[in-house]
Amino acid sequence: MTTTAALPQIGSVKRSYKPGEGPFTPARILAFIALTVMALVWLLPFVWAVATSLKTETDAASGRLTLIGSEGISFAAFDTVLSEGNVYIWAWNSFWTSAVITFLTVAISALAAYAFSRMQFRGRATVFFAVIASIIVPPQVLIIPLYYQMLAFNMVDTYWGLILPQVVMAPIVFILKKFFDAVPIELEDAARVDGAGRLRVFWSVVLPLSKPILGAVSIFVFIQAWNNFLWPFIIINDTLLMTLPVGLQTVISAYGVAYAQVMAQAVLAALPLIVVFLFFQRQIVQGVATTGFGGK
Amino acid sequence: MSDIRMTTTEKTDRLDEKAPPGTGIAQVGERAARRKERLVAWAFLAPFMIAFLMFVVWPMLHGAWLSFTDQSLAGSGGNFVGLDNYAEAFADSTMWGAIRNTVWFTIISTVPLVLFAMVMALLVNTGLPGQWLWRLSFFMPFLLASTVISQIWAWIFNPEIGAANAVLSAVGLEPLAWLQTPHLDLISITIATVWWTVGFNFLLYLAALQNIPESQYEAAAVDGAGRWRQLWSITIPQLLPVTGVIFILQILASLKLFDQAYQMLGGISSDTSRPIVQYIFEAGFVGYRFGYAASISYVFFALIVVVGVIQMGILNRRKGQR
Repeated sequence: MTTTAALPQIGSVKRSYKPGEGPFTPARILAFIALTVMALVWLLPFVWAVATSLKTETDAASGRLTLIGSEGISFAAFDTVLSEGNVYIWAWNSFWTSAVITFLTVAISALAAYAFSRMQFRGRATVFFAVIASIIVPPQVLIIPLYYQMLAFNMVDTYWGLILPQVVMAPIVFILKKFFDAVPIELEDAARVDGAGRLRVFWSVVLPLSKPILGAVSIFVFIQAWNNFLWPFIIINDTLLMTLPVGLQTVISAYGVAYAQVMAQAVLAALPLIVVFLFFQRQIVQGVATTGFGGK
Repeated sequence: MSDIRMTTTEKTDRLDEKAPPGTGIAQVGERAARRKERLVAWAFLAPFMIAFLMFVVWPMLHGAWLSFTDQSLAGSGGNFVGLDNYAEAFADSTMWGAIRNTVWFTIISTVPLVLFAMVMALLVNTGLPGQWLWRLSFFMPFLLASTVISQIWAWIFNPEIGAANAVLSAVGLEPLAWLQTPHLDLISITIATVWWTVGFNFLLYLAALQNIPESQYEAAAVDGAGRWRQLWSITIPQLLPVTGVIFILQILASLKLFDQAYQMLGGISSDTSRPIVQYIFEAGFVGYRFGYAASISYVFFALIVVVGVIQMGILNRRKGQR
């Protein structure tokens, strides 16, 4: 219980209003109006994209600010995008490479974090400092030498070249170490007295306790990998190997002035994460809030 | 990897030899246990450290070396040229322009990205009904890929038939060429960026707000402090440290501008909007000059480190004063 409490809880606010203070004070009504206006402003671009995607190209090109075009709702843009493009392939590539990146990142980070948290060895402080110091290095600084390295490894235009450089995430090691530090050591000692080795203790005592934090960082890593643009854009040239963000970028020009189709494509690409968000809002919100501060 | 392990083992062996005579059986066993612990520790560390050395440490060092060569992407060159690349970079007006654009974008994006996030979180935290809807509205854009938001905003900012100009003409203003006008292009990119990423800071603020102990509000209410007074004397002061952290994270994130700027302009580079990361990309993958691109990477890195160190200094001093 102590361990799960380490996650910041973003739930519905319980303190909705004080006793004796009615629900409809002028201040609350004002706040409600302000919130509604801001939410509308934030939703409008997306609503506009969906509306455009459901218009005919003629309606879309008319530039009139109507949600439904004069020719009514049309699925022609979606038809074209789904039947012609490589959207399925890119979505699949994005999904499985992000899943592999997430698994590898969390696995190697958890092992390292556990060693940093629990084990005694010479150089521990120095190595940990080096890992944490690397957080200041922006990935953008490394693209030139990394590309050069991938050329040497023959990994340009391969999935390994896409995946491997993305699995080193020092902030994840930091967050997990902080979490493991807070796990009561008595639980592990009990298992070790019973003769369980380090790996066994890690697997059957520590990992089950860490499910919430592992879920949180996994969500964070997955979203990052799914949306990553620069590195996949540089390392992949083969159309069939592209991830969704990179693939979509190549067809903007191909569709030229077909605005409804471009928007249909954007909506399709946005859909998976939005659906996932609707189902797992609580977990995602908590995961991002936990990971976002990097444990600060 | 194995080198590090060898040296540590050797050192401890030597220490062990110096152990006083008459060392008991128990100590020998303890020593063996410690050696085993060390091996196990490195086994746990190995997968991460190998990847870390290969994909962070080595590229860092190799990039530094490349920045002193005339290496090209095509494989030719690679001769040591000393500080030539850096000399060229510091005399390169395009690079200075890119740095100016990056810093300008960081300034005009960070302020609204922090302020809006705070206001949104404060409003949502009042506990008004529809929590999931507010969170969805403000946070959802953050989940979208840069490609998607670039396409949506390029469409909204379309000079002839975009929604932004339709709104302007509806209120009787002249239409603008949002992404085609020098200087305005970076502001348009900023608007899209604020819409896209404010949700992240919003969540950080929301988490911070919900960590303020309820008892403080109750105590204030007992003392007769109204909601407004509570906001100014409890909530805002409690948010100050978090605001410092969010500012730092946001500035460092804004300095790395590339994805949406590159894509909203369709890969066309303009001298009034090109960020420094895009210049690295252009020098390396358009101009094929890897050595030069590596040196600009290091100029960028220096910028990040300087900004980071200054911020840390300010934050620590504030902490010291409190």
